[in-house]
Amino acid sequence: MSDAKEISRRKLLNQISIAGVGMATVVVSVPIVAYLLSPFIKGEKRVWQDVGAVSDFEINKTVQVNLQDPSPLPWAGETALTSAWLRRGTSGFIAFSVHCTHLGCPVNWNQGGQLFLCPCHGGVFTANGDPAGGPPQRPLQRHHVRVNGDRVEIKPVPLRVKVV
Amino acid sequence: MADERNQDKNRDRSQEATPDTRPADRPPAPKTSVPADAEVPGGVIVGVEIPPEAPPTVSEEVHPSNAFTRAGLAAFDWLDFRLGIRSTFVPILVHKSPKVNWWYVFGSATLIAFVMQVVTGVALAFTYVPAPDNAYQSIAWITDDATLGSVVRGIHYWGATAMVLLVFIHMCQVFAFGSFKFPRELNWLSGIVLLLLTISLAFTGQLLRWDQDAYWAVYVMAEQVARVPFIGNWLMQIIIAGETVGGNTLTRFYATHVFLLPAATFALIGIHLYLVIKHGISELPVPGKPVDPKTYGEEYEELLEEEGEPFWPDSAWKDVIAALAIGALVLALAIWPGPKHLGEVAEPTLLQTSPRPDWYFLSLFALLALMPPGLEDTLIILGPVLIGLVLILVPFFAGTGERHWRRRPWALGIIACTVVALAVLTYLGDQASWSPDLTPKPLSADVIARADAAGLSRGSTIFQENACINCHRIGDSGGTKGPDLTTVGDRLTQEQLVWRILNGGNGMPAYGETLSTNDVDQVVQFLLQQKQEREEAP
Repeated sequence: MSDAKEISRRKLLNQISIAGVGMATVVVSVPIVAYLLSPFIKGEKRVWQDVGAVSDFEINKTVQVNLQDPSPLPWAGETALTSAWLRRGTSGFIAFSVHCTHLGCPVNWNQGGQLFLCPCHGGVFTANGDPAGGPPQRPLQRHHVRVNGDRVEIKPVPLRVKVV
Repeated sequence: MADERNQDKNRDRSQEATPDTRPADRPPAPKTSVPADAEVPGGVIVGVEIPPEAPPTVSEEVHPSNAFTRAGLAAFDWLDFRLGIRSTFVPILVHKSPKVNWWYVFGSATLIAFVMQVVTGVALAFTYVPAPDNAYQSIAWITDDATLGSVVRGIHYWGATAMVLLVFIHMCQVFAFGSFKFPRELNWLSGIVLLLLTISLAFTGQLLRWDQDAYWAVYVMAEQVARVPFIGNWLMQIIIAGETVGGNTLTRFYATHVFLLPAATFALIGIHLYLVIKHGISELPVPGKPVDPKTYGEEYEELLEEEGEPFWPDSAWKDVIAALAIGALVLALAIWPGPKHLGEVAEPTLLQTSPRPDWYFLSLFALLALMPPGLEDTLIILGPVLIGLVLILVPFFAGTGERHWRRRPWALGIIACTVVALAVLTYLGDQASWSPDLTPKPLSADVIARADAAGLSRGSTIFQENACINCHRIGDSGGTKGPDLTTVGDRLTQEQLVWRILNGGNGMPAYGETLSTNDVDQVVQFLLQQKQEREEAP
């Protein structure tokens, strides 16, 4: 066997081995990566959720309502629920996300002061969700809300961050 | 050719069939590795002398008379021949290393802390349930009911604290001693990755408690990740396994904390240690003796020849003492005060909460509150990138020259500034004076009585019910986000108070549209009543 052929054979074996291992890695990786990205690929179905009768909510009051998480899992426990702040104004309802637009901490409603207060970094929002103090620069995120018959329904929007 | 192969196979089989501790045809030890006088960076193991021939077995050296000892040594010889314990590992253990001082113990101490984390982590994993509906309860059970479970959890908690502190001190020491310079640039870079892994382990670990702090910390982290341009929201969803923190999130963090990050840490520690062995332990810096890549290897070898000592036990005894001290301290802290107290169980509908991170992230927590809002996005995204870039570039820009800190005062300055900044920010984060008090203590009876006596009870009521007390303190009641109003009557006039309440400013919302004129007047009169030297009540 000549040297040239020997080298060529080695090259071939080398390339076949590398290609084989590479292909096997890709083939095995596809289902693993797809599985890990499953929540992202499948997305979350956001539906209208009943939160109470219109008459349950007083005008100019803001109250906490609970919603089902868009992707509840059997083992989610308490985290299968989430919340929103629902305000009934003179012209209709507004549903606010509970997440501060600074870094996502839960804002609390102060009825007397008509303010949302964030416990983490001191963000303050007005009753309309506009930033009134502290680090937040953007208003509270709003969920979709509608009156269906005599029922109030909310369709939550996903957490979104826009770079200012 | 085929016959030769068969003969080889038969020979192998015959050796396997009669496992002699010292085969008659025992070959000499492989002349692997390295000549003893290998130079940096060309050599494989600096200072390691591998004997050219196989040394006699332990049985041959000792000649034990006792049958049990003979059997034991024979077993060791059997293993030694197959594993190369004495030919490979012992030379590494006793290789010559320069004489160093106590500052060099922090690397091995960090390793010991990591080992403690692995051992206690595995123990905790026997009981911990990584599902949102049971995670908190399983930790509560470990803490309160399992035999010595509180101590095991305590070691894991304080071990994490030790690991974070030790890796930081180790990094500062390496920087101060110039040990990152040629030829140890990759030691530094692998150390940077290990620092990142340690911080990631600490963060993912605190989430597994699945209390309110943990739950909301995920959102805070997600919000920061989501600010990355273009891929931010996508990245956030990958990390929290969806668009909200829910059933998939905890399991994702659990897998990351117990499998991915430890595996990566093991791999990086392996690389880091390999590099330490390959290039040798960095010698103590000497003022006026700069690192010159052309001569460094030769000088290092000469140093080892002249005053080097076997790493084990001459140098390693300090590491052993430090490891024992760290272990004892962590154990003591695990017993008292014990592991971190569990907060309230994670409950997204329980909004009356004040989430706080573990101490190692309080500085970041403070920074996020104090940075100018206009620069927030830029700093959150570019800050970590710039810090990482600077750390990566350090050995490339300062890879040669003086190592001693006396000749590098800027290095000590950087360390001092970093330590002071982290300490101050951690303190501020712990105080969190920028946060409103969501459940303030009511005004004292004394303050209320004085307001009532002056006909200002409406003013004190407004102060308490309209969120003023959440941010302002009077006496020992109220938050600290805004100025203390205990003696505001001495500082501000009526006009100034009215203006401030109506217009807000400095983080305070305007109350012009919320309070009536009469209410503003009432609360202003109430505030004017708050003075240092008060008039006697009639």
